[in-house]
Formats: sequence, C-alpha cells, structure tokens
Amino acid sequence: MNFPSKLIENAVNEISRLPGIGKKTALRLVLHLLKQNVPVTEELSNALLSLRKEIKYCKKCHNVSDTDICNICSGIRRDKSIICVVEDIPDVLAIENTAQYTGLYHVLGGVISPIQGIGPDELKIESLIKRIEDSRTEDKIEEVILALPATMEGDTTSFFITRKLKELNIKVSTIARGIPIGGELEYTDEVTLGRSILTRVNYSID
Amino acid sequence: MHLKKIRLQQFKNYPKAEVNFSDEINCLVGINGSGKTNLLDAIHYLCLTKSALNGVDNLNILHDKEFFTVFGDFDLEGKEIEIRCIFESGKKKQLLKNGKAVDKMSDHVGLLPVVMIAPDDTDLIKNGSEERRRFFDNMLCQMNKGYLENLVRYQHFLKQRNALVKQFAEKGRWEKTFIEPYDREIIQLSKHISSARLGFLKEYEPLLKKNYGIISGEQEGISIAYETQCLSESFEVDFGASAKKDFILKRTNMGIHKDDFVFEINGYPIKKFGSQGQQKSFVIALKLAQFQIFFSHKKTKPILLLDDIFDKLDDGRIEKLMNLVAAHEFGQLFITDARPERSKSILQQMDAKSRFFWIEKGQVSDWS
Repeated sequence: MNFPSKLIENAVNEISRLPGIGKKTALRLVLHLLKQNVPVTEELSNALLSLRKEIKYCKKCHNVSDTDICNICSGIRRDKSIICVVEDIPDVLAIENTAQYTGLYHVLGGVISPIQGIGPDELKIESLIKRIEDSRTEDKIEEVILALPATMEGDTTSFFITRKLKELNIKVSTIARGIPIGGELEYTDEVTLGRSILTRVNYSID
Repeated sequence: MHLKKIRLQQFKNYPKAEVNFSDEINCLVGINGSGKTNLLDAIHYLCLTKSALNGVDNLNILHDKEFFTVFGDFDLEGKEIEIRCIFESGKKKQLLKNGKAVDKMSDHVGLLPVVMIAPDDTDLIKNGSEERRRFFDNMLCQMNKGYLENLVRYQHFLKQRNALVKQFAEKGRWEKTFIEPYDREIIQLSKHISSARLGFLKEYEPLLKKNYGIISGEQEGISIAYETQCLSESFEVDFGASAKKDFILKRTNMGIHKDDFVFEINGYPIKKFGSQGQQKSFVIALKLAQFQIFFSHKKTKPILLLDDIFDKLDDGRIEKLMNLVAAHEFGQLFITDARPERSKSILQQMDAKSRFFWIEKGQVSDWS
C-alpha cells in the first residue's frame, strides 16, 4: 500500500499491529481520527498511555486490576475458602458472567506447552501453591477448582497442578464436561458424548 | 462397488478422454510412457482425493495447462455415485459428490475403498519401520475412529515430551514432576495402541498367509513378527528407566513410535533374505489382505488397481496370482501391462468378463 504521507503510513503501521486489524481497516481508523477534533485523538492516546502505565496485576490472583489487590480478592462478599484456577483474564470474565460463582480466582497466564517453551516457571503455579500455604493462618482455602481448557495442554496442566497440590492435602475439583445446555445428542461430537457417558453422574430428584 | 465410466480432462498426459469400464477385469495395455499408470492414478484420485504417485496436485496437470478434471460414475452396491475432482493451479482442490461439494476431503476417504499394488510397494519391506507402521495405522484408522483419535493424541504428547526432554538437556536438569503428565499419557496410549495393533494382526495375518500360500504354491512359510516394547509387563518400569537414555539422546526412546512389523520368510527377515520375486509376492499378498480387510469391514469390494505386477514374478506365480484375483472373491480389477500378448493369453483362459484398452499418447481405444 502506498501512502501520500509518512505520518499516515506510521500511524497505519502501528494500528495494524493490533490483532484482527489489517492495513485497510487501520487506514480507515486513521482517516476517521483526522476528521475528528484534535481532543478526540488526545483522549484516545491518553487513555491508552495511562492504561499501559497504570494498569496493575492483582498481587494475589494476577487478574488485571486498578489496585494492588483486585476487587474480587478484596470483596467482602466473596467466599475466600475456594479458588478457581483459569488460563487467562477473559476466563475470569466468562465465569463472572455466569453469576454462579462467588469464590476467588487464580490466573495462570497460560497452559504448559513445551513446544512453545511454556513451562511451569512461566506460569503462576508456584504463586498458587504459596497462596494456599499462606492461607493456613487466616481465611483457610479449602478447595481448588481447575477450570482449564479441554485441550491436551489444559489436561496436562491440570494433572501437573493436582500433583503439586497433593502434598498440601486440599480438595481439588475440575469443571464438568459434556453436552451443552439446550444441545441435541445427535449433534454432539463423539468424543464429548463418549466422555459424558463415562463420567455420568447420579440423578437425584430431591 | 465398481467404476462405470471415467472422464478426464488435462490430467497428466491425457488432453481429453472418456472410458467405459467392465465391472470385472479391465486390462490397460500400451508401450512405456503411454499413460497406463496415469489412468490408474486418476481412479486413485476419485477414491482418495489424491495421487498415488506424487503428492503435489500441480504436477498432475497436463504440461502448459491451468487445470485438470477427473469425473467418475460409480456404482456402490446399487447406488449411483458421481464424483468430480477439479483442480485449478493455485486454487483449492474441489471434490463434488453427486453435484454437492465435499468440504472435508477426509470425509470422502473410505467411502470408495481402493487398493493399489504398484512396483515401488516393495519399499514397504526395504525401507524403515515408519512406512510399515503407516501401512498398518492407515488400515486401523479407517476401521476404528477411536484408534485414530488415540494415535493423534499420542503424536501430540510425544512432540511435547520431546520438546521438554530437549529443554531438560539444555538446562542439564531432569524435572520429574514436570515430565510426569506426559509420561503417564504416553504409557497409557502406548498400551492401548499396541494392543489394538496386536489384535488387528490376529485378524490380518491369516489372510496374508493364505494369499501368499496361493501365489507361491505353499513353498515358503511367512509370518509377521510384531516387535514392541509396550506389551511387556515391565513396560511402565522400563519407560521410567529409559529416562537417563532420553536425557542423553534428547528424545523419547520408548513407546509405540519404536514399534516395527518384521516380515519373515521361513523364520528369517524377508528384508535381508528374501529374493526380489519373494519380496514382490509378499507385498502383493499384503495388499490383497488389505483388500479382504476392507471388504469385511466396509461390506463392499474395493476397486483393485494392479500396476505392472507381472514384473519380477515367474510364470507359475503370475498364473496363480491371476487365478486368485480373477476368482470372484475380488471385485472390479484394473491391470496395466506393457506386454499385451502376455496379459491376453493369461486372461483369455479365465472365466471372467474382461475388456482390453489400448493406450497410446494419452488416447484410449478398445483393443482385442
């Protein structure tokens, strides 16, 4: 793509580095900003700058936060005896949106995958163990829920964490896998359906 | 199942061709380089969406042209199936079944079973163990989806574990807890896969022995020795013990990726002790057993493509082989031969409908 101005070219190149945005979309955004008043661009760039400079990660659960300890970890209504382990930040939002969970979180920042060079040291696994050990004195953590993706890497990570937690003598559970609500059996993939039969649960009416 | 008619356009050395086949024996004759094997390859394309000879679709277009098409009318147990395979240089290959596009090529594979016997099949004996594993895995995967799934998982975990072992070697430190999840999966899957392979051989080996016995006139005893570390009682312990070796060699040294299927003749490996004729007879028996396996699982007779199989066999074996394949146990047959008189004299003695086609410079005509 040829640009009439070096300035436009620079801006387009920077914006098109974002995920999901190609050169054409970037150009459209740049031309849009040029048509607006100067303060619009100023506010945008200020917002981005302060986001980058001031954002914090919760010291306890590693979720994004404005403060050293995030709203969830410091919330008085949260059940502090239970921790849900997730792969990344969007997973926290997904579980929060269910409104079914009131415990705490722990964001690993990824799953173990040696091919990509991600081992336990690259993830917040040690900090999870420390968190549980430290909780011995106050707000004792009694259960860890593993809510990792249903992939081979997710399973490996779950296994690794469970093995590590074994010495701490704590209840470890994992989220159920099976047919989505409203789903038809005939359209469910064979592996999921097969697994849901193997891990069936007792049906109780009370 | 049989192929009734094929239409080619700009496929390999065929500018344009249309051929109606017999539902029993079709013999393609012509001099070297006339295009006999290419016609078999076109049938291979229709059944498996790819060439048996070279994997690059682009190389199958007639020189200086932009695209090729292969159309075929099949009869699958009374059901009419029209397959169109269209490839244009630089675009995605298209496959249409009864006019409807097939999105995933893997969904089509297996619908129209085909077994091809080609001159370079003896590579199966001569080359490394990987090719033999692929030959058997291919059959197992087509019959058992669970096997395919286990194999894919195995390959994935093996790749992860090898990457991990390499990292350990670089760091100079072996972390047992870190590698344990991978060891556990690899051990589990190795046990499943190796017992499936062993179970399959129990079904497959008798067929192979019978076929070989007919071709050779029962002169030699053959067998397949399945060599694996994974079925021994101590496999788990051995796997753990080989960690030291893994650490030094920077890869995983135990598991089903080390399996081999050793083909034996009178108790000795045929790779080292079999003559060329014996090796050829052996791979033909292997492929015919593959045919029988597909037939028993798919309930339809695969198409059998025999490319230049008379090469290296003595007259006695050729006759026995032809008696075997022309017997009604097998279905539609395509045979290529550069010596028309030979095939003609053999086929004329047999009680089967046969048609002869003369192929010359990409033109097909009836020949009698």
